[in-house]
Amino acid sequence: MNMLTDVLPVAAEQNESAGAAVEVRSLSREFGGNAVLRDLDLRIQPGEFVALLGRSGSGKSTLLRTLAGLDAAPAGTVLVPAARTVVFQEPRLLPWKRVWRNVTLGLRTADPKGRAEAALAEVGLSHRLNAWPLTLSGGEAQRAALARALVREPKLLLLDEPFAALDALTRLKMQALVTDLWRVHSPAVLLVTHDVDEALMLADRALVLEHGKIALDVQVTMKRPRQPDFSEFGELRRLLLAALGVQG
Amino acid sequence: MSRGRVWRVPRGVRRCIAPVALVAVWQAAASAGWTSPQTMPAPSLIVSSFWNLIVTGQMWPNLLTSLARVLVGLAAGVAVGTALALWSGLTRLGEDVVDPPVQMARTLPHLALIPLMILWFGIGETPKIVIIALGATFPIYLNLFSAIRGADRKLQEAGVVLGLTRRETVWHVVLPAALPGFLVGLRQALGIAWISLVVAEQINASSGIGYLVMNARDFLQTDVIFDGLLVYAALGLATDRLVRLLEIRLLAWRPATLPG
Repeated sequence: MNMLTDVLPVAAEQNESAGAAVEVRSLSREFGGNAVLRDLDLRIQPGEFVALLGRSGSGKSTLLRTLAGLDAAPAGTVLVPAARTVVFQEPRLLPWKRVWRNVTLGLRTADPKGRAEAALAEVGLSHRLNAWPLTLSGGEAQRAALARALVREPKLLLLDEPFAALDALTRLKMQALVTDLWRVHSPAVLLVTHDVDEALMLADRALVLEHGKIALDVQVTMKRPRQPDFSEFGELRRLLLAALGVQG
Repeated sequence: MSRGRVWRVPRGVRRCIAPVALVAVWQAAASAGWTSPQTMPAPSLIVSSFWNLIVTGQMWPNLLTSLARVLVGLAAGVAVGTALALWSGLTRLGEDVVDPPVQMARTLPHLALIPLMILWFGIGETPKIVIIALGATFPIYLNLFSAIRGADRKLQEAGVVLGLTRRETVWHVVLPAALPGFLVGLRQALGIAWISLVVAEQINASSGIGYLVMNARDFLQTDVIFDGLLVYAALGLATDRLVRLLEIRLLAWRPATLPG
């Protein structure tokens, strides 16, 4: 028995479900008798950008980890594409590998270096190919992490509060970058966040998770690029905040 | 202000003042006949006998013998310690088999085993090498084992979502993460190896720096004893420097070792 098994991918069902990029049916998960996810259903269409909101402890991280294959014992049906990857809140670059080698890590295609260069060019990091990760700024490191995810051409991109640790200006730039990259590569995206404005700026659909169930599911149909002064923006904002238990 | 300016000597020079003064006082005391050459020979006498050891050809063969003992013993200890730590650190079975006996054995001062080593291996090179290897094994094992177990879980998860196999995760994530801990262990092992050498060489050696020193004791050549101490200190310092250089090379990615 190996000690590392608990961080190895779970042999979850990876059959690409008919039509949808993600199909979750009656998913439940508990930790020590505490139900975190209760009988949850979720469908994400190919290329759809979904934001998942919820208070701390609402189970949103557990749901993301389940879809990523990092959670060991989910009960229920989880159908996700094999080509999926995660960008975490911290960049999680290997500090002992230069930036481009971080991007090619685990990449099993021809000319990995060329692909890494192209991906890093896309996120505006061509000048940092050979840098050590610990010399990057927070925003640069997160862009490298984004390049590392996109170079795999995922059908499902899981974003776990990827902008939460960035300063406000960098966050705005990163949000714009993610929107552009999503348009070009069109993976299905699940963005976990607790920033309502971020959800409304980026997503086609916003979900609110509460007590392990999806309590609210709204379409966000505003045209892009979006501005916080759109009238629909304010309405949706109030709706989502109310669902999160905050009176606007 | 003006007083401060008088004392503005370069820091490096200032730090040399006390050691140089101590040697000067020692030399003066010896020249004035306050100390006997049999207890505290003058620094000048130590230097000239050191030179004598070099020109008569006694220094190099003995120095090389001692150095070889340390390097062979250290290499064996590092190999064994690394193998045990890898097995124990990477698998539960290895941990259950290896860790309890190693943890028990490490509480035993390894130098206390010298009488046993002599009984088992006689008085040749083998017991000396084994003692040095034994002393070097534990710091390597303990540091590498805890470094493997302490490898950042979040990076391992990142490896998983990037599609690394378990073998690749160990190679690209766990082992590089454990390298700084291994190098700390290597420096400790080196220190212990030199201590073990000194003790092992004082018991029935017919060559090596320890042999020179023991011989000098029998003939009351106190200056040669000091020469031996100087050599031990210089070799210890030089090998420690080597590991430091290795650290700078291997850990070039760390901010502490990054230029600028």
